[in-house]
Amino acid sequence: MKTKVEIVYKPDRSTKRQQPIFEVKVPAGFPSPAGDYEEDKLDLNKHLIKNPAATFFVRVTGHSMVKAGIHDGDLLVVDRSIEPRDKNVVIAVVNGELTVKRIRIRKNKRLSLKLSLEAENENYQSQEINEEMEFEVWGVVTNVIHAL
Amino acid sequence: MRSIMKSIFALVDCNNFYVSCERVFQPRLQDKPVVVLSNNDGCVVSRSQEAKQLGIGMGVAFFKVKDAAEKNGVVALSSNYTLYADMSRRVMETLCNFTPEIEVYSIDEAFLNLSGLSVNLTEYGRKIKDTVKQWTGIPVSIGIAETKTLAKIANRIAKRSSKAAGVFELTDQACIDETLAQTKVENVWGIGIKTCIKLKRAGINTALELRDVDVEWMRQRFGVTGVRTIYELRGNSCYELEEQPPSKKSIVVSRIFGRKVEAVEELKEAVSSYASRAGEKLREQGLVAGAMTVFMMTSRFVNKRKRYFNSHTICFTTATNYTLELIKYATKSVEQLYRKGFLFNKAGVILSELGPQNNVQGNFFDEIDRQKSKRLMQAVDTINARLPFTPLRWAAEGINQPWRTKFTKRSKRYTTRWDELLEVA
Repeated sequence: MKTKVEIVYKPDRSTKRQQPIFEVKVPAGFPSPAGDYEEDKLDLNKHLIKNPAATFFVRVTGHSMVKAGIHDGDLLVVDRSIEPRDKNVVIAVVNGELTVKRIRIRKNKRLSLKLSLEAENENYQSQEINEEMEFEVWGVVTNVIHAL
Repeated sequence: MRSIMKSIFALVDCNNFYVSCERVFQPRLQDKPVVVLSNNDGCVVSRSQEAKQLGIGMGVAFFKVKDAAEKNGVVALSSNYTLYADMSRRVMETLCNFTPEIEVYSIDEAFLNLSGLSVNLTEYGRKIKDTVKQWTGIPVSIGIAETKTLAKIANRIAKRSSKAAGVFELTDQACIDETLAQTKVENVWGIGIKTCIKLKRAGINTALELRDVDVEWMRQRFGVTGVRTIYELRGNSCYELEEQPPSKKSIVVSRIFGRKVEAVEELKEAVSSYASRAGEKLREQGLVAGAMTVFMMTSRFVNKRKRYFNSHTICFTTATNYTLELIKYATKSVEQLYRKGFLFNKAGVILSELGPQNNVQGNFFDEIDRQKSKRLMQAVDTINARLPFTPLRWAAEGINQPWRTKFTKRSKRYTTRWDELLEVA
């Protein structure tokens, strides 16, 4: 079974999950007049989503990327605005199908680009991209959210 | 050389928007004939290029073309307005990176003010087009010109000409003349069916002929709106962003606030007041709306991390022009959209899917007494129309309306604002 993308979700940014962080400084010289140094709140959305307009959530099915820490059922954060580079984990469209793989972008001796998609599991073969294929990088995976 | 004082507008229009949204998430639909159907799968409301080439008309009842569509492998999808509204918001948010001044004109169109940018406009347009495609997956066409009316015409060319490849700049005078000569009057922005028939009777068939008619002749027959259209075709901008010739495609009420607004209560008041005004406009024209979009944004001139643009669209199960209902959903939208810590400088309400109020399809589960609400609105409108000020207002609009007031002369809030503390050298 190959790892494919099951459903593409849109992040709903209407809800916010905020955790307060307390910064307690070591008093030097004078004692601190108040204990509650509530500094700021950490917003996971801000941490995970750099470009909201271009960020989508994607659910993974299958096991082809387990060695990259991407498991069946995991949630991927995908940023379409990032230019894919060699060894990025990407969501790609191959002949109309969405798939998550590690992209290899290499130049051969004649300096033409050689593209391939690599799985992260010995049981899966990597796939060379040739000119007959319809191929497009849909977005670059920036984070994987894995429940333990 | 363009004079520095000239305005420059770009109209960005998403190609086959609903179909394009579907294709982002279902890439296998690329290059296939696809149509999207309206509520209850009634009519065709969006068509891919391939479906257009098969002769499937816009707005046609689907059952009429169903057999032919199936024979030709047409994929028909029900509409997914939640998805389209979110994708629309993403497109608009992306466009905000290219200019501080943007007018969301409909779910799939926006005007950008590009005045004063020292760039090659065609190249800039191409960059906008490529960025929107990469970030959101949505293909757009862009028309660029010195007025909104000309930008609309340029957009038609951008869509249709293979040479333009999606971006068309209409700023060279010879090019304008040639393009206007090839554009029929009915395709000029703001020229409705009635006006079109009158113009043709007077022997005016092309946009070029319309541009060159006598202004006084136009004023007598078509009033100030007609005159503005002529000026716009001549390259003299009459419509700034947020202004447009009267049209029944959508009703927009939006304002830049008198000062920055941070509190959610004030945003609710402002949006309620816009919803109330939009409801009045609907009733003035005897219309009801099927959908309402609320948007709010910060100034685009502030630091990138302090910028925010978002919109929320809801579809009414029963098309409405009942102000209390509009206000109820508008304030709910504000709650959805609001993000603490941002300084908002503008919000607005867009009513779309407009139709005549005498032709509303009832809903068995409707909880509102439509007859009663209609009489209430008539009573309110009658009282308000008789007096020069607006004696009857909805409580949700607020009393003092501080967001409305200008505070340009106010001194700094030295003691309550970190960013306004007294400065001592």
